[in-house]
Amino acid sequence: MNAGIAQLQMQFRDYTISLYQQGFLDDQFTELKKLQDDGSPDFVAEVLLLFFEDCVKLIGNMARALDKSTGTVDFSQVGASVHQLKGSSSSVGAKRVKGLCVTFKEYCEAQNYEGCVRCLQQVDIEYKTLKTKLQDMFNLEKQIVQAGGVVPQVDID
Amino acid sequence: MAVGEVMRMEIPAGGDLTVTPPELHVLAVDDSIVDRKVIERLLRISACKVTTVDSGARALQYLGLDGNKGASDLKDLKVNLIVTDYSMPGLTGYDLLKKIKESSTFREIPVVIMSSENILTRIEQCLKEGAEDFLLKPVKLADVKRIKQLIMRNEAEECKTSSLSNKRKLVEGNIDTSSSSSSSHDDSSVEDIPSSKRMKSEFENLSSLH
Repeated sequence: MNAGIAQLQMQFRDYTISLYQQGFLDDQFTELKKLQDDGSPDFVAEVLLLFFEDCVKLIGNMARALDKSTGTVDFSQVGASVHQLKGSSSSVGAKRVKGLCVTFKEYCEAQNYEGCVRCLQQVDIEYKTLKTKLQDMFNLEKQIVQAGGVVPQVDID
Repeated sequence: MAVGEVMRMEIPAGGDLTVTPPELHVLAVDDSIVDRKVIERLLRISACKVTTVDSGARALQYLGLDGNKGASDLKDLKVNLIVTDYSMPGLTGYDLLKKIKESSTFREIPVVIMSSENILTRIEQCLKEGAEDFLLKPVKLADVKRIKQLIMRNEAEECKTSSLSNKRKLVEGNIDTSSSSSSSHDDSSVEDIPSSKRMKSEFENLSSLH
């Protein structure tokens, strides 16, 4: 039993570290973890849920604004949604999503249609990838707790 | 009982005027649901009462600055600090800051601006308009703790000053009516605050105070 918990904890630790190393997460995610405690044990998951819902909404806005069939593209409208997504991804530590938004914003300002469409596709893939990765991480946490263990605090350098 | 004796009972002999401050009630304004969730948690974990609203217009509504009676009119909902995002649709954080500073009722409430953009002219503009501080997003726990300490220190200073000025008023009353009873209390803390010339010369004459 103990070996099982230890193994899960090690898996969790390695997985979490890899997410930071691969650039999916940055230290703002670590900051969010600081805000979680026994009184608010699901805080990080709750914030991330709101973030992913925000992604769906904002990406939808961007897609609509980039839809040429409705007339000319309003790049400032696209940019406004990108700015919002940049903000919320920054607040949760979603490093890759945030980075894409920076590039996306530049294409909006340059009114570069192809660049914007490319960024839109990439940001859509990126948030979904992060969502899957975090779900795997949360699942590991759950398994540890269910096995009677404690989720270890992972120190990122 | 002389007025001096009443004062001695109310204020500790050491002249220590610190009081345990009640919880700060913070009004947090941000159009992003993610940021609202985060700032709310940051403030709660820092032992503050929090009310979040999603726009400058709603903030004004809450305060009652839109012409109607606001929710914060109720005694225990009094707002001690406003933390607002800068870039918001409609009323920006800067617009909100201006409206608050223009209001005779609310201008004393400290306002902190948050922004994801580190634009010097923007920061200067806000500080010039009376913002207490400017936080760069993403906001961290250390930022909130710092702001809270700043606000609490300011509030404590205000309590001290107003309570000292009350003390001074009572002492002035003493000097007018009787010459001897004013020597019965500790005035070292009163000497620290700026006082009128007349009062200063009165205390200089009372050598027994030290």
